[in-house]
Amino acid sequence: MLRALFSGDYPRSRVLMVLLVLVFVALLLAPFLFPGTRPLNVAAKICIFIVLVASYDLLLGYAGIVSFAHTMFYGIGGYGIGLALYGLGPSWGAIGVGFVLALALTAVLSALIGLFSLRVRAIFFAMITLAVASAFLILASQLSGFTGGEDGRSFRAPTVLQPGFRLFDGEIFGVAISGRIITYYLVFFAALALFLFLLRVVNSPFGRVLQAIRENDFRAEALGYRTVVYRTLANVLAALVATMAGALMAIWLRYTGPDTMLSFSIMIDILLMVVIGGMGTLYGAVIGVVILVLAQNYLQALMGGVSKALVGVPLLPDLLHPDRWVLWLGVLFVLSVYFFPTGIVGRLRQRR
Amino acid sequence: MAIVQRSDTTGRPAWRLPRLAGDRLPLLLVPALVLLALPLIGAFPAWITLTLAGLAMGMMIFIMASGLTLVFGLMDVLNFGHGAFISIGAFLATLVLLPLAAWMQADNIWMNLAAIALAIVVAMAGTGALGLVFERVIVRPVYGQHLKQILVTMGGLIIAEQMIHVLWGPQQIALPLPTGIRGAIVVGEVALERYRLFAVGVGLVVLIGMLLVLNRTRLGLLIRAGVENSEMVQALGYDIRRLFVLVFVAGSALAGLGGVMWGLYREVLVAGMGMEVMVLVFIVIIIGGLGSVWGCFIGALMVALLANYTGFLMPKVALGSNILLMVLILLWRPQGLYGGAKR
Amino acid sequence: MSDALLQLSGVHTHIGHYHILQGVDLVVPRGELTMLLGRNGAGKTTTLRTILGMWRASAGHIAFDGQEIAARATPEIARAGVAYVPENMGIFSGLTVRENILVAARAGAPEARRLQWVLGLFPALEKFWNLSAGALSGGQKQMLAIARAMIEPRKLLLIDEPTKGLAPAIIGNMIEAFRELKRTETTILLVEQNFRFASALGDHVAVMDDGRIVHAGAMAALAKDRDLQQRLLGLSLDSHQ
Repeated sequence: MLRALFSGDYPRSRVLMVLLVLVFVALLLAPFLFPGTRPLNVAAKICIFIVLVASYDLLLGYAGIVSFAHTMFYGIGGYGIGLALYGLGPSWGAIGVGFVLALALTAVLSALIGLFSLRVRAIFFAMITLAVASAFLILASQLSGFTGGEDGRSFRAPTVLQPGFRLFDGEIFGVAISGRIITYYLVFFAALALFLFLLRVVNSPFGRVLQAIRENDFRAEALGYRTVVYRTLANVLAALVATMAGALMAIWLRYTGPDTMLSFSIMIDILLMVVIGGMGTLYGAVIGVVILVLAQNYLQALMGGVSKALVGVPLLPDLLHPDRWVLWLGVLFVLSVYFFPTGIVGRLRQRR
Repeated sequence: MAIVQRSDTTGRPAWRLPRLAGDRLPLLLVPALVLLALPLIGAFPAWITLTLAGLAMGMMIFIMASGLTLVFGLMDVLNFGHGAFISIGAFLATLVLLPLAAWMQADNIWMNLAAIALAIVVAMAGTGALGLVFERVIVRPVYGQHLKQILVTMGGLIIAEQMIHVLWGPQQIALPLPTGIRGAIVVGEVALERYRLFAVGVGLVVLIGMLLVLNRTRLGLLIRAGVENSEMVQALGYDIRRLFVLVFVAGSALAGLGGVMWGLYREVLVAGMGMEVMVLVFIVIIIGGLGSVWGCFIGALMVALLANYTGFLMPKVALGSNILLMVLILLWRPQGLYGGAKR
Repeated sequence: MSDALLQLSGVHTHIGHYHILQGVDLVVPRGELTMLLGRNGAGKTTTLRTILGMWRASAGHIAFDGQEIAARATPEIARAGVAYVPENMGIFSGLTVRENILVAARAGAPEARRLQWVLGLFPALEKFWNLSAGALSGGQKQMLAIARAMIEPRKLLLIDEPTKGLAPAIIGNMIEAFRELKRTETTILLVEQNFRFASALGDHVAVMDDGRIVHAGAMAALAKDRDLQQRLLGLSLDSHQ
């Protein structure tokens, strides 16, 4: 049972196992352990980003391709749900329509980009995805009649998912089961299922071929694997999962807009999370996301305190300003790539 | 000696094509695009204004992209952090231009230009020096590993942009144009913006200088040979690494120059301005063919002209039109316009 | 036998997971032409590239002109006096013929007499002097590659299959050029598959198989001994023109 669930790919480190169990339990019981709007927001973001980052790891860590279009696919999911709910009204049907259309658009776009640019070389792919993603971002901001432009769209979710909804009167452990909590569990279980699905993919024969191509594409080609086809499939698969993550985010936020769904800074976050957590491990996505999202939400406050304490010292307060946390993550990122390319998870596994 | 001497004086002029001398077809693309735009735009003055705007922007993009494409051609290194040098160049210029505000506002074009020239020198020296450090610290440890290269240079970009925030503060910085090159020269119905003319001039100087170095000096000869086959250049006894560092530094300095020009064009500086324009830079070097200066030049002009024309005709799809251009060119020539030499 | 300009002892080279050279012992005598023969995949090209430092020897010693060069970088080895003509000729096709020659002249413009001499060997090059080298025919490219290696005096020339894909008439031309070059007492190590070419020029011969030298001696002796040819190379002069 457990073996099937993990696809035979266990964390392979006691510390990592403990951390993962902690994260799992914390997320599972988040509405009860950490009541309040902000902690639940953080928990939902962690769930969704684990899927988003893990799907990116399928590309970067397993297939060895750098894409800058992952947020575009994430955004397609977000906008698909958002615009459907905005236009068709709050119903499950609208979610279905938006979801299917978003997936279809993603499949077509990712296959086209893959077939077009993966033929040549990895660097081409990186540049082309960057260009296409920027064009998409600008398009989404420009077509304001349709997308809401820079302001994006706020919309209402189906009744069951609305904050005012109560599943029943009364409370469990002192928490009323609102539409918010139902939405959270929708997000949580969808994310869990998608993560386990990705774990299954990377441990399937398909996943092994991808890794063989990453190690030596020339030899894989010589062995008869059509590397372009495999890499394109990986790209499509990762893009579809990213789209689903975007859809979950839109449902959770009941809002979709360029800054939250498409911006380049989300892409940077994804890169930081996957590299610091550990490329090519999938579990690295979990660790990377948890660390970065927590840092984003709580470390900044700490930095702010330190920064204030250092007022008067030249440069240091600026370096430690809460808005500069990305600087330190950037340094950590570069150091990770050099010194522990398998990230935190790789480090933990070495120690056992 | 005789033969060498003779051909030195009767050889083709320095601005001949750096490579694939027989392949002139892509050269026709730029005039074709310009002429095609005339009937679509209709009005002659608007067409002139847009063409000048396109040429100016194209020159700036060329300045920023040329170093990047050479760096790639020589060592197969694509620096995603190149955008940081553009931003840093612009911010370094403020160190000169803001204190020299009096020169900038003087009603004397020579004082204006002197201030800008000084800013350019400072920006290029600064970004060149930074390029030296960047090459040593960020790029060198990951030679030959594309994946890590993209990641690490991306990391370098993040750090550099953040450092701009640390050093110059998080707010935007206004960088007004000097009096002498503000506004437009009006000839009949046609308005020619002075700064755009200035940008075209600077771009031409850079282009000619680059072609002279590439075609008339020994260093240029080695660079061209290295872009084609770096291993053979090593086998002939040249240290390609030193050549590469030199080109990397020059490319970074050019990015700094491009940053100053781009900053004056925008008149407002933000740390992410380099990365904004990098999207166009990447499209340009893909269109031109990785490693080709000449392809980069044609690509830059085409991308910028197209952006201005479509910006006028169909403003919402301007960047999309460039993606379309890239797709069309790659369908025609999968390695880019002049990408045949480097595989 | 005169003294050795180049000596490889127990050289091993790995490329990726493959163990290509498995203990090569090779002596290249000064001022003479040594032919390196062997079937495809025997490790001939790898031997040349290892000498020039393009592949790093994982074990063994390479002595060039009395100095150990196994750990040195390619440009340094080249500057010590080694010229290389790779199998694909390594022509810069975007450069003109003249520029291809100029690149190889490290001291700047080549010495006039030397240039005249080289161009005298390959007159076609002078004809196409200002033409892009990419426009040359295969034989002309090969001539350019060899001319480039000779444009300044070098102690050792490493040449990989100069006759590959060339018409017999051009091969004859090439033999003449190498005869002329041999008069300058340049040391040459030449990889070859064409036995007629090899036997016409070689002073010494070494035969490789499976990453080792399996035979070394005088070329003349091998040219006479058909049985030995048959055994080492699986061919006779008759069957291979």
